[in-house]
Amino acid sequence: MIVEAVPPPARSAIPNERRRALIKLNNLSKIYRGGTLALSDVDLTVGDGEFISILGPSGCGKSTLLRMIAGLGGISGGTIDWPQSRYDAHGEPIRDLGFVFQEPTLMPWATVFNNIYLPLKLAGVSRRDAKARIDEVIAMVGLEKFADAYPRQLSGGMKMRVSIARALVVKPRVLLLDEPFAALDEITRFRLNNDLLRLWQDQKWTVIFVTHSVFESVYLSNRIIVMSARPGRIIADLPITAPYPRGEAFRISSEYNEFCRITSNELSRAMVGVAEEEH
Amino acid sequence: MADNKTDTTVTASSPGEIPRSVRLLVPILLGIAVIGFWEFAVYYWKIPKFIFPAPSMIVQALIFDLPTLSASLWTTVKITLAAFFIASVLGICAAVLFIQSKILEISLFPYAVILQVTPVVAIAPFILIWVGLDHVERALLILATIVAFFPILSNTALGLKSVDHNLRNLFDLYGASRFQRLRELEFPSALPYILGGLKISGGLALIGSVVAEFVAGSGTGTGLAWRIVESGNRLNIPRMFAALLLLSILGVVIFFSLSWLERILLSKWHESAVRREN
Repeated sequence: MIVEAVPPPARSAIPNERRRALIKLNNLSKIYRGGTLALSDVDLTVGDGEFISILGPSGCGKSTLLRMIAGLGGISGGTIDWPQSRYDAHGEPIRDLGFVFQEPTLMPWATVFNNIYLPLKLAGVSRRDAKARIDEVIAMVGLEKFADAYPRQLSGGMKMRVSIARALVVKPRVLLLDEPFAALDEITRFRLNNDLLRLWQDQKWTVIFVTHSVFESVYLSNRIIVMSARPGRIIADLPITAPYPRGEAFRISSEYNEFCRITSNELSRAMVGVAEEEH
Repeated sequence: MADNKTDTTVTASSPGEIPRSVRLLVPILLGIAVIGFWEFAVYYWKIPKFIFPAPSMIVQALIFDLPTLSASLWTTVKITLAAFFIASVLGICAAVLFIQSKILEISLFPYAVILQVTPVVAIAPFILIWVGLDHVERALLILATIVAFFPILSNTALGLKSVDHNLRNLFDLYGASRFQRLRELEFPSALPYILGGLKISGGLALIGSVVAEFVAGSGTGTGLAWRIVESGNRLNIPRMFAALLLLSILGVVIFFSLSWLERILLSKWHESAVRREN
């Protein structure tokens, strides 16, 4: 067998040790304002260029973890290091990241172009200087014809593309996606998965992808982090060693099925004790 | 990449929807019918003109007294628009201040409410004394402003607070400054609310200036409200109606101007103003 589950707690065992560490989460924990322990003792090293999926039952704190990496919401314990990043005047790491939320989160009053321009506008880049880059990312997500459309004129999948383009416009090194395709139909989802993979291979980013879909995570990632139910801990760190580019052939291969089986097993382990509570 | 949904075809009129021409024509026909009956009834039953003048008499009065009435109309227009403008600026500024600081909001908001719920008729005498009897116009302006102020304040404050939570996170993520947040996020989000407030306040500014004039009387320039009082005292009922007609027209013009503004500003994106195609 190609894959082996790492027994809990998984101590930042990097399957691909050749990669340089980009983000290091050390002993990270999060306590919500009400006193609920959402995350405990999360250790994770994200290597440069990895495509990591974080998989877990709903409420396991995976979104919280992603938001903490993005600097949204405080850290209750532990540290997040960015070993390769420069630091700004306040000693904060320059995170260099794009974030795609669960919802497209577009400004309804702004055109596709202006929605994508937003991060650059907030950074003080003039419209003229930003134009070339915006056109570039609009082309990347295949929305050339819709630059002047308003979000209400777009389908769900197209809105999500705009959201991705907006994350990409700042040329991030790390792309964080928080269940971005959960609300989309299966066909649109497949298509966006393929587009995301293609872009990742072209652009050499690091991707952290939060999802609750085993199939999606196996298809996309080179590594799957499985988290337990609340308090969220990492209970498995699974390398998905299948080569890229992956396509439909991979999706119907026995190798893919085997990865899915192993991942599902780990996920069921994560669900133990919470199955009743959830439903 | 082929999820095209924007190529929508606009059908002339979907079943169940009343065509525009009919929608314009029906109220006009109704109006003509009512005015015709009114004219007929006054002559047929010989209703005295100091009780209920015929439409033709009202039009006569309007034409005959046009110089006086248009001067009064102009006075009322000036006070109404000035009050509306001041109330809009103050209301929006106050709302922006309120969302900057919770302390400011909880300390000032109750007083804004008190200002709103106190009948303007009851404050009029005080205001009149404070500004001096020589400056009745100022009193009218202040009173009309007070009446128009609150809907703008409360609507704007509500709008500024109703910003999508995820969009706030997005602005956090990209390190937006307080000012950028206000200009790029909070104002556009609040715009439909602000316009709603303006629409209410436009009408209220007119009501305020009329009521204030009834109570405070008139200064150097006489507004339409005072024309109505004066005509009533002289039993010149046709002129009373003529002044009333002008007030209604003014109210309608204000309402439609603001509706038009709303449509222009929101037509591209807001559900309230977009034309549905399905």
